[in-house]
Parts: sequence; structure tokens; C-alpha cells
Amino acid sequence: MFTISGSPHVHGDENVKKIMYTVVYAMIPAMLVSVYFFGLDAIRVLLVSVLSCLFFEWAIQKYIIKGPLTINDGSAVVAGILLAFNIPANIPWWIIVIGALVTIGVAKMSFGGLGKNPFNPALVGRVFMLISFPVQMTSWPIPKPILEGGFITDAVTGPTALGLLKEGVGAGKTIDQIMSDPEMPAYIDRLTGNMTGSLGEMSAIALILGGIYMVWRKVINWQLPVSIILTVFVFAGIFHLIDPQHYIDPMFHLFTGGLMLGAIYMATDMVSSPMNMSGKVLYGVGIGLLTIIIRLWGAYPEGISFAILIMNAFVPLINNSFKPKRFGLLTKK
Amino acid sequence: MKSLMTFTMGGVHPEENKFSEHAAIVTLPLPKQAIIPLGQNLGAPPKPLVKKGDEVKTGQLIAKGEAFISANLHSPVAGKVARLDESVDSSGYRRMAIHIDVTGDEWDENIDTSPDVVREITLGKQEIIQRIKDCGIVGLGGATFPTHVKLMIPDGKKAEFLIINGVECEPYLTSDHRLMLEKGEEMLIGIKILMKALEVDTAIIGIENNKPDAIKHLNELCIRYQGIRVQPLKVKYPQGGEKQLIKATVNREVPSGKLPLEVGCVVSNVGTAFAVYEAVQKNKPLVERVVTVTGKSVRKPSNFLVRIGTPVAELIQAAEGLPENTGKVINGGPMMGKALTTIDVPVTKGSSGILVMNKEESNRQRPNPCVRCSKCTEVCPMGLEPYLLAKLAKLALYEKAEKEMVMDCIECGSCQFTCPSQLPLLDFLRLGKQRVGHLIRTRK
Repeated sequence: MFTISGSPHVHGDENVKKIMYTVVYAMIPAMLVSVYFFGLDAIRVLLVSVLSCLFFEWAIQKYIIKGPLTINDGSAVVAGILLAFNIPANIPWWIIVIGALVTIGVAKMSFGGLGKNPFNPALVGRVFMLISFPVQMTSWPIPKPILEGGFITDAVTGPTALGLLKEGVGAGKTIDQIMSDPEMPAYIDRLTGNMTGSLGEMSAIALILGGIYMVWRKVINWQLPVSIILTVFVFAGIFHLIDPQHYIDPMFHLFTGGLMLGAIYMATDMVSSPMNMSGKVLYGVGIGLLTIIIRLWGAYPEGISFAILIMNAFVPLINNSFKPKRFGLLTKK
Repeated sequence: MKSLMTFTMGGVHPEENKFSEHAAIVTLPLPKQAIIPLGQNLGAPPKPLVKKGDEVKTGQLIAKGEAFISANLHSPVAGKVARLDESVDSSGYRRMAIHIDVTGDEWDENIDTSPDVVREITLGKQEIIQRIKDCGIVGLGGATFPTHVKLMIPDGKKAEFLIINGVECEPYLTSDHRLMLEKGEEMLIGIKILMKALEVDTAIIGIENNKPDAIKHLNELCIRYQGIRVQPLKVKYPQGGEKQLIKATVNREVPSGKLPLEVGCVVSNVGTAFAVYEAVQKNKPLVERVVTVTGKSVRKPSNFLVRIGTPVAELIQAAEGLPENTGKVINGGPMMGKALTTIDVPVTKGSSGILVMNKEESNRQRPNPCVRCSKCTEVCPMGLEPYLLAKLAKLALYEKAEKEMVMDCIECGSCQFTCPSQLPLLDFLRLGKQRVGHLIRTRK
């Protein structure tokens, strides 16, 4: 007896687990940077987040859905690391567990699990935590590199660069005055990550490195992050040109806050981003615009999480109206 | 060397596994009984002219194609008609077939069976087309479209290019490759004949760059055949698709739902060109073809010249037997071939290869939920959205599937090949195509 099935009879070697672990590997540089600056606290946050995401996925699949267990497909690990990347290093462990429950339980499993969630789960968890625990979520520990003897972060906290900016502009200071604040990180620190902020948004260099790896492994398209970053640069640049003392230069926006993390790792989430290239670019432009609008005029200093979640809601619409270029449809003659 | 060309949209790179590319073509002995299914061509099957007990010679007409799109059928062996009966063919269905008990190999006296190469083309355009029709030539790339129909250009249309498909983009298969190496000259004469019938001045042979020996050999031969040139192509599946090959060689896009003639092209396979040579220059009908027998466990991957009607089992036997861990036998290549229900089915005009797969390779993996990675959309050579079309077919939303251009799918399987969730996308696309096709026909 032979096996009968339709063609094709061979399969490329790609699978979901491989994709998920490629994303995990891509996040290793950023994880190392966070451990370097926040020591054991970074490891604590990462472990609590990943383990609780895995636990909730397992528990929900086993006791509520009573379906097949798929916790080893890597998607819960990715969600866990991304959640950890989006929170400060000194946050109490029980808040992380609540965040993980929202991430996996509300944002992912309640829609039907892997592949069904319309919104990026880690961002839903993050925004939930931000709104519910605003104090803990915005107390940023001062980074203390391991090499300089810091294994555990101090109780000392400080504002983020974006926070300083928002506060300064709100107080009517000029950009020059804000930038001369001693707490404002220097350019080189913004690149390497030696500044206050969430775990994963520290080092733009480490994040870009991981992004290049993912593009090379064809897990993400470069067009989407680039469209977000370019939009932010152009949009913020226009305002900077109009009034340089009220609007900071666009490079500042690129390397502070969660922009790189959001553009490279969160917006590119396969499940919640558009399917076709033109749609992806539009989605990226939308995220870029919303991010800057929130950063410049919103109540929060950082806006990329909200921008991505808002654009997530437009994805079905984008998929319906932005189709790939069909073969033989644009030909004249 | 000219720069490599290819089609621009989508495409995948399956493992090539061309194990038999250095195996010269071996002529297989005649079978004891030949089974000749009537429906070997695209279109209407021909009407049988013989009955039980009739003596037939090799090359004798045994079924006549009467419909516009149909093809004649000739006896591939000399012998006695045992019965006309339904038997399982490579599609898995029971279809009418002529069974002939083989007694020998006495050819019809009008057929030139000498090995001499006849270079001079004496027939005119109409005579060529008639001869090709008489000899039952169909497209040997797998689609089995009757060649004479392709050569009858409707009024108001004009062919500019004859494109010859020597791509062989299916992994494993090497029959076209060997034919180009061993019958290159005959093939070029066949191409010249087709050019004369189509009244075109330019013929382009598209060959993928993984066959440098064939490119070199044909390039050398082309010097003596004006108007024919070889175009090396970058290796990418499905470059052998008609529309993809036209895009790759002359950079024209066949409009959706139209034939290649719309952009001035006619595409023919290298095997067909060789069959045309034999028909026109030697009066030899299509009674044999080259078939690759291959697979990871096949002891002796080979290329055989076999008579139509030879059971697949005999081909596998000649490649030193069916491996013990065989799980699947495919008629054709791994991307578009059809799994056989039994190896007792005969070789037909459309069989380009027999691929034997191990048990481990034979079963699909369990599908996971779609993660909306959009890889299927990226690799689709027609710019379709397979994930969406599969879902529409699953939900029976056929009108919507039609709007999303499901009928443009060429069933190349790139989407399913690439899907990280191992979803059976093409199964659902085929279902969608079938239902939408029915919808369109009932509307008229």
C-alpha cells in the first residue's frame, strides 16, 4: 500500500518552532546588554516573565481548552521575553506574573491561541501593566554595569530620556536647557544602552544586530521596521526644522525609548501585522506617525506600544485593501 | 556568458536531488503486455479503432482523436489486442484502455526507424501541422496539450517567439536534461520545424543554470541553426511554468486568464520538440518517451527510453527494484507529480518521471495553526494569497475566491512547500479552483 496525497510531496525545512527560536536567538544580544546593565535583576525579570508565560499557556491549554499542548513551539517564550523587555528591571515579581496572565490568557489564548490574536500579546500585557501599576512601571532603575561591580540594581531610580524631555517641554524649557540636564544620557550611551529604561530597549545596537539576523533568516522583512523608523525620522525632523527649540532633533527619537524594540521586534510580529508588502509599509508609516504624535503631544512620554496596538486594529482592513501585485494584471497590451 | 535571467515574482528553491543526471538514456525492452489508456492527452480522449483479437503493428493508429482538442493514439508495440477494458491509470481512476499482448516489434512500413539524422525540412507549414496531428504529438512536459492545436494560430494573432522549455525545474527529474545532451541535434531540427509551422524567426531555449553541460552542448549546436538561441536561467522553481518561463526569457507577462499567444509567445517542451522531429522527419508517431526513475533509496537512478503502455513496475524493476521502505510512488516530480495507487499503471505520454519515496518522506507532518507569516504570499509566482484562498475554499466562499483570482493558481505547490505550519494549502486551492471553475461554467 502506498501513501496517496496531493502534491507537493516535499516540504521546505521551515516550521513554526524554528521561526520562534530564531526570534529568541535574535533577542540574545539585547538580553546580554540588559544583564550587563541590570545584573541579576534582569535575569530575575526575564525568568519570571518567560516561566509564567509558559505556565499560563500550559495551564490554559490543559485545564480550560483541554486541547493539544503546544508550549514547546516557542511562541510563549518569545512573548515572555518581549514582555520582560518592556518593563523596568526592578519591578516586583507578582506584577510580572499578572502581566504574563494578561499576555497569554487575555491577549493570546482567549482569541484561540497561536495565530489567532489580533493584538500583539506582549504589548497588551505591557499596556495593561502600565495602566494598572503606573508607579512601578515608570520607576526606572539607574543602570549599573556588572564590570563596575553592580550585580543588583540600586533602589535609586531615575527618569528616562523621553520622560525628561516630556517633563521639560511641559515645564516650558527649551531643548537646550533639557539637554543640559545631567540626567540626560549622552548620544553614545543611547546607542550602547547605558541609560534608564525598560529591560530590552536599552541598546539600539544590540537590537539592530538581532534585527539584521532576523532579516537574514527571513523571519521578518526589513521594509516594515525601516518604514517605521523612516517615518519617525521624517515626521520628527519636520517639526525639528520648524522649531528646533521646542522639538528635539529626530535622531534623539530614534535611539530613545522603545522605538527600536517596537519597530524591530513588536511591530514585525507575524500574527498581528499585515500580510502583504504594501500593507506592511502602510502599517509601518501609521505606527511611526502615531508614535511621534503621542511622544510630542500625548500624555505619555512614549507612544510606540499604543501606536502598534492601534495599528493592529487596522490590520484586517489593510489586508482587505492592500493586495499583492498579481501576475499578469498590470500588463498593458 | 549572458547574464542569468529569471522570473521576478515569488519562487522557491527545493533540494535538486538530480541523482540520475549522468545516467545515459537506456532503451528498455518491450513489456509482455502493453496497457494503453485512451485518455492520455488534455481534452477529449480519442475513439478506439481496434477490437479484441485485432493484430496491430508498432506505430499503427489504434484510436483516432476526433474532437478539436484531442490526439491520435498509436500502438507502441506489435501484437494482438487482448481486450478493451477499464483499468486504473495514473490518475487513480478506472479509465478505458486498450490492452495489447506483445508478440514482437514489427513497425508499420511507412515509419523510418533508422538512426540517421534527417536534417532537411521538406514539408510545408500545413503539412507539418497535419503530420504532427497524425502522429498524436502532445506536450511532453506533463500537460499533454495536443501540439497541433497549439500550432494553429487563430486569425488576427501572430506568434513572435517560440520558447522551448528545457528548464526541468522539478527536483529529481532529468529526462529533459538527458534528451538535450543526447538528442540535441534532432531537437534543434524539431525546433526548426515548429518555427516553420508557426512562421516565427526566433526560438529561445530556456535552460536552468544547473545544467551547464546542456547549455554548452546546445550553444555549440545552435551555431548551425539560425534563429535559435539558448538562454541560461537562474535556478528557481517554478521556472518551467509556462507564464514564468515567458517572463524569464522575454520579460513579458501573460495577462490573467489569457494564453501565451496574447503576448506573442508559444511555449513547447524540449521533449515535444524531439517528438516533432521524429514525427515530421521520420513519420514516427509518439509511441515512446524518456522517463526518469529516481528516488533517494532507488538503487540505480536511471533514464529510460520506454514505450508508452509499459507498466511502471517494469521501469522500477529495471532500476534494480522497488526499495523495501517505499512509502510513495509518484508519477512526475515531487512538486507537481501525482501519487500512484499502484505501480501496475502504465507509462503514458505525460509521464516524465517515476519518483520513489521512502516511508519517512511519504507522510506529511501534522499541520499547525496559520501564524500569518505571509511566506505563502511571498513565494507565490502568480502574486496570489494562498492562505486567504485556502481559507475561502474551506469556508465555501467561492465567489470571493473567484474575485481573489483563485483561477490564476498554477498549482505549483510553492506555498505548501514553504508553509512553516505545514498547512495543506494546495489541497484547498485545488478544491477552490474546481468549485469556482464549476461556478463559471454554469454561469454561461
